[in-house]
Amino acid sequence: MSRPSPSDARLFEGRGLACRRGERLVFEQLDFQLVPGGAVLLTGPNGSGKSSLLRVMSGLTPPLAGALAWDGAAVAEDPGAHRARLHLIGHQDALKPVLTVAETLAFSAALREGPRDRVPLALQRFHLTDLADLPCRILSAGQRRRLALARLLASPAPLWLLDEPTTGLDDASTQDLLAAVAEHRAGGGMIAIATHLPLPIAAAGLIALGEFAPRRSAA
Amino acid sequence: MTAFLALVARDLRLALRQGSDAALVVAFFVLAVMLFPFGVGPEPQLLARIAAGVVWVTALLAALLSLDRLFQQDYEDGCLEAIALAPLPLEAAVLAKCLAHWLTTGLPLVAVAPALAALLQLDAGGYLPLVFAMALGTPSLSLVGAVGAALSLGARRAGVLLSLLVLPLYIPVLIFGVAAVEQAVAGFAIRPYLSILTAFLVAALPLAPWAAAAALRPALE
Repeated sequence: MSRPSPSDARLFEGRGLACRRGERLVFEQLDFQLVPGGAVLLTGPNGSGKSSLLRVMSGLTPPLAGALAWDGAAVAEDPGAHRARLHLIGHQDALKPVLTVAETLAFSAALREGPRDRVPLALQRFHLTDLADLPCRILSAGQRRRLALARLLASPAPLWLLDEPTTGLDDASTQDLLAAVAEHRAGGGMIAIATHLPLPIAAAGLIALGEFAPRRSAA
Repeated sequence: MTAFLALVARDLRLALRQGSDAALVVAFFVLAVMLFPFGVGPEPQLLARIAAGVVWVTALLAALLSLDRLFQQDYEDGCLEAIALAPLPLEAAVLAKCLAHWLTTGLPLVAVAPALAALLQLDAGGYLPLVFAMALGTPSLSLVGAVGAALSLGARRAGVLLSLLVLPLYIPVLIFGVAAVEQAVAGFAIRPYLSILTAFLVAALPLAPWAAAAALRPALE
């Protein structure tokens, strides 16, 4: 399948995905599709595999069955290229206590071979500019979360995978996040968000992971 | 390349700011070597005879002491996951971390080794070979150690497991590192020993990051 104009036709999809954590099958027969500008919310009870699905999407966890494809090309064939086009913001903020806020973002951008000039913008959008020279050690939980999310803007990537991104955020910061999400989608980006809160995200697809739980529990 | 250098620079910066880690390794090296004259007695001939071996064995243990931090902290705070998700191949990331580890622990060990050898009355002809041999041998210690650190990641009592995994693999470096110094003192050529240490390093440079990355991936799933 050749797609001549990648900016319009990019498509991220998964077919027949199954995932196992330890000895337990978390979900199976799961399909999803993300188009440019698209968003999908992952919902479901604790342990239903929201985080696992995001990790499968990121390539960190290989799926037990099924496959991921980007523009029709199997993701497994070039995992490096897949990593270059995504951000995964997980439960952990991945901050170093002795590095400053600005250094953390600059490292994040450099690690992704991105330009460093987006760091001030990322700081500003998440209201971290005043904290830029402070070590992460003294940040509050909400500030740490904002810094983790600011990575999304510090280096561009078309696919954002967010795992409970609003944990610890106050209302204003949640609005900042939603604004960043809307802007990302307007620019053709794709987003998958695992959440247990009803986030007001327009025209988002929904994957209720409870529906993909294995029918029969393994004896 | 940007990402590789950024990772090295970050690890160096962390080591400098946290300070205590690298200093601890050197302090252990110095103190442990200083115990030997108390343990075996102050006779210069005896100390000179064991000097090369004592410095090398203690350097191995000091290097071992620092290994559990190589991936553990990054693993616990989620940074390792972020590094694994960067476009940079995980093998290259491991190599970058090994380089930073060597610069902050191996290199200081090489720097203080002559002073400690002097404390142990090492024969004058042995200093240069000791520095050469350690300069060639300690990078192998960091690389081989990274495989052990990756394998024991997340295990309970990782430190003990790590020493069981890694110390046997350090034996070749120890044998040829000590032999280089002793042969120099005895007046023989040290080139063959340095060549073998170089060969270890050349083999470890591609193999250790590859093995360590393979061990890290399941831990990150």
